[in-house]
Amino acid sequence: MNTLEFSLVVALGSFLAGFLGSLTGLGGGVVIVPLLTLAFGVDMRYAIGASLVSVIATSSGAAAAYLREGYSNMRVGMFLEIATTVGAVCGAFLAGYLSTSVIAIIFGLVLLYSAYGSTRNYEETTADAPPDRLATLLNLDGSLPTEKGWETYHVRRLPIGFGLMYVAGVLSGLLGIGSGAVKVLAMDQAMKIPFKVSTTTSNFMIGVTAAASAGIYLRNGYIDPGLAMPVMLGVLAGALTGARVLPGAKVKTLRFVFATVIAALAVEMIFKGIKGTL
Amino acid sequence: MAIANGAAAGENIQGNSQDKKVELFLGRLLRTGVLLAAIVVFVGGVWFVAQSRDEIPNYRSFRGEPTELKHIPKIVHQAFSMRPLGIIQLGLLLLIATPVARVFFSVVGFGIERDWMYVVITLMVLALLIYSLGSNALSSGR
Repeated sequence: MNTLEFSLVVALGSFLAGFLGSLTGLGGGVVIVPLLTLAFGVDMRYAIGASLVSVIATSSGAAAAYLREGYSNMRVGMFLEIATTVGAVCGAFLAGYLSTSVIAIIFGLVLLYSAYGSTRNYEETTADAPPDRLATLLNLDGSLPTEKGWETYHVRRLPIGFGLMYVAGVLSGLLGIGSGAVKVLAMDQAMKIPFKVSTTTSNFMIGVTAAASAGIYLRNGYIDPGLAMPVMLGVLAGALTGARVLPGAKVKTLRFVFATVIAALAVEMIFKGIKGTL
Repeated sequence: MAIANGAAAGENIQGNSQDKKVELFLGRLLRTGVLLAAIVVFVGGVWFVAQSRDEIPNYRSFRGEPTELKHIPKIVHQAFSMRPLGIIQLGLLLLIATPVARVFFSVVGFGIERDWMYVVITLMVLALLIYSLGSNALSSGR
């Protein structure tokens, strides 16, 4: 393949990844690295560099739409970003020391978790949990529009959420992904923040987290312009298209199919990581 | 893109309207930054492909980028010297700068609301971002 063909094929693959990622809510970033490494034989480090850049693009590109809906919680996002950015800097440094085989295996495990997480059914719980002292002190409680008008929710178990966010940041910096699945786990499951608020706030945080590792990636020479260009443009166009289609789409089957694909990619990455052929 | 929710928008006014205004401004900022970055990357990309279309790209083995494509001041210099790869890299820098600008304006937003606790929290996040990018810009650029 010459440069023209390579750029077009990578852009097309990235477009599909971004499109499916935004339709299913899984994010395009999770499949970019397996796509580049398994299908195009790209070195792991170039792949995570290009993926990280595309993660910033989709997160920031979608934020405007999310913000209009009025679900995201700026204070929760900003407070937890302390944990994710510290984690992201640690993860980016770590990426320079771990072998690509180890990174591939960790990547596969995170992919498996993302696939599993996406098929789980979320129940909207605006459970009447009592206010939490720390959350009240930090003024984190918020409200969201429901069928019955605006309902307030209380943020719970801040330390656990903060810790999980650190982990999400490390994974993001290490693997060049948004780790939306772990962020949602922290907010939705641990901190009992309503699902809609969790997903939109998580999207808002992903760009900042990724930007924290980008400087280190750049310095380590992971961000190759020739590769990042088609990936970033493809994923961004795909994600924006997906967001337009979303309101009318039947995503349940699609999500299951996409989750299956991700699980298969995960197994292959783990396998290749163990064999050391990535 | 998103379906505007009339009822919700009405409620927001009685809710935390200052927060809301800041959020909407930040949303527009992010979108503008991403679009600008995408345009610069696209222009550089078309140029790059036109110039090197018959070369065979090879990303199989990691060599790392040359200094002029990983050290921020040098990237800017490359871009303004009209090197296509430098232009793409500059577009990616703009993209990386977008969330940083978002955090910066959040500091301003919380400041206007006189929410000093969150001014401090947001400044901590900003400091980390500046550390990550600044350590690149200030490095010797070997």
